[in-house]
Amino acid sequence: MNTLLNLAVAAVLAGTPLLLGTLGEILTEKSGNINLGVEGMMFMGAIAGLAAPYLYEQQVLLVGSTPSKLAGAFLALAASFLAGALGALIYGFLTITLRANQNVTGLTLTIFGTGIGNFFGEYLGSQAGGYVALGDELKAAFANLSIPGLSQIPVIGKLFFQYNWVVYFAIVLALCMNHFFQRTRVGLNLRAVGEDPATADAAGINVTRYKYAATVIGGGICGIGGMYMSMVTTSGVWVYNCVSGYGWLAVALVIFATWNPARALLAALIFGGLTVLRLYLRIPGMPMQIYEMFPYIATILVLIVTSIRQSRENVQPKSCGKNYFREER
Amino acid sequence: MKGQRMIRMVKRDAISSKKQWMIRGIALVGALLAGAFLILSLGHNPLAVYKDMLAGALGTPTVRRETVKLAIPLLITAIGISFAFQMRFWNIGAEGQILMGAVCAGYFAFFQYDNLPRPLLILVMMLAGMIGGGIYGMIPALFKAKWGTNETLFTLMLNYIALAFIKYLKNGPWKAPHSQFPKMAMLDDRARLGKILGIHWGWILALVLVVLAYFYFTKTKQGYEISVVGESTDTARYAGIPVSFVLIRTMILSGALAGLAGMLQLAGSDYTITESTAGGVGFTVITVAWMAKMNSFGMLAVAVFIAVLERGSNKIQTTFKIPASAAEVLTGMILFFMLGCEFFINYKLVVSKREEAGA
Repeated sequence: MNTLLNLAVAAVLAGTPLLLGTLGEILTEKSGNINLGVEGMMFMGAIAGLAAPYLYEQQVLLVGSTPSKLAGAFLALAASFLAGALGALIYGFLTITLRANQNVTGLTLTIFGTGIGNFFGEYLGSQAGGYVALGDELKAAFANLSIPGLSQIPVIGKLFFQYNWVVYFAIVLALCMNHFFQRTRVGLNLRAVGEDPATADAAGINVTRYKYAATVIGGGICGIGGMYMSMVTTSGVWVYNCVSGYGWLAVALVIFATWNPARALLAALIFGGLTVLRLYLRIPGMPMQIYEMFPYIATILVLIVTSIRQSRENVQPKSCGKNYFREER
Repeated sequence: MKGQRMIRMVKRDAISSKKQWMIRGIALVGALLAGAFLILSLGHNPLAVYKDMLAGALGTPTVRRETVKLAIPLLITAIGISFAFQMRFWNIGAEGQILMGAVCAGYFAFFQYDNLPRPLLILVMMLAGMIGGGIYGMIPALFKAKWGTNETLFTLMLNYIALAFIKYLKNGPWKAPHSQFPKMAMLDDRARLGKILGIHWGWILALVLVVLAYFYFTKTKQGYEISVVGESTDTARYAGIPVSFVLIRTMILSGALAGLAGMLQLAGSDYTITESTAGGVGFTVITVAWMAKMNSFGMLAVAVFIAVLERGSNKIQTTFKIPASAAEVLTGMILFFMLGCEFFINYKLVVSKREEAGA
């Protein structure tokens, strides 16, 4: 029972960056763009989300006062969003305006973003004389919360009321995004753009603007997911290659979640659980390294099953992967 | 929009190849300039850094050999994935195919080296590497052919599985005897490749493959089938080409070449297998194949160019303390510019006055 509870908590913590990456990519794909650069954007978000509070801390310490937790958290959030959005903007400019191939552009963004993350991670580290590590004060901004009254309830408190704030942020974001796609005019317009840009264009929807907005904001959300990796998962220390495949898992989870933000919650929880399973559930005789394969094998199974089922509903937006040429309608 | 000037995009009819290459040249210069700004912002002199990069990659015979050694797996794997890319099959699993090739070749190299005469051993290792990579490439193709399973993610996930498999091998069954650390043994001399001009002979094989790949695509029926499938699967079906069969056959070839690169890396360069045996080659080659427009001679040039970048980045890390990840950043920038410049090859911008604005 206790092991199961611990596993559930660990699954939520490990699933949050996956959830953010998945949400960002769902938003992007709803506009008809497949951005395979999630891994790269997460790397960019990871380094920006660590560098901003780190540089702020250095400045404040120079003056001799203590850095504020709130400012540190806000800087991490804003910087990671902007970094991810910047990566997505490059992708958007190349695919939407210059009509480059979406697959190759996304892959390039992954190479570029991974390079940027590791480059500046190591650069800041060498400037700091070793490695980048946040002080205790700002690290506490990403520690588990303790909500008076709620966090102390047995089981329930541990299961629901003691995560760091980014977890709640991601869950609320998923619910808001669900509402946005289902119930708002802008959300419906966006879906129309993703399904059939020519018709949306004829109906007076500015296709280019919608595609840019969805891609850039989606990239920003992926960036926040990267920030989670560097601020929570590695607790404010830059670790070389810290995103290591989470971005790619997120791309796959979009399919598992059938482009539905609410279902992404469940998908991220399951895959978060798979990534930490080896610490909680030992199968006798099973080597540790085989556990590492689980999330990837599960992803492959999901890909195969969804491709066999091919239901009419819940499929990828129809125009995904194809660039929209107004002149060639 | 009335009352203002508008910029319209008009598709070009045809453009001379000289002009095409000029546009690409400008894009390359643009990318290097963008890189220069990055270097400048770190407080270094871009010219000095670029010069040091060149010196570090091409300055002496020793570093030139190292650069060529880096280019070999890039070139062979790039040719491999270009087979898949030609038919719009997004094989981004070359990383895993390289590793599986190395593992299969490794079985003979580590455990059977004293049971076979040397030339036969090397030949068996090559075949094993190609079969290992080929099978690993075939798996996603089978599912793609049968159910249209997304190959991009499938091949990618196989990378991580291969990586975990290597970790398992080096921690368990293949752990070097008497070693305190989880690592595999070094190859026996008999399983190592001989050298020609100071570099393992994989480079000759790579050059032969460049020519073979060129002929395969331009002169053979199979090559033609691949390009038709890439253009449109419907057209291919109409023309009586067995699309599923071509898909699977081509992916076996694609994976086999990556597996061969893995075998060469094991037997010619690293002499052991680690998690970094593939070392990102599987991803970098996407850049190589795309920048060369899938032309194998172009890939030769681009592979050497990327090898110079990577080798040079190691040099500037020691000279200027600029992290070696600069190679990835620069590669990404160059490809961004290359992708962007295609637009200016295919389209031209026309500024129209207000009367024409509604057109």
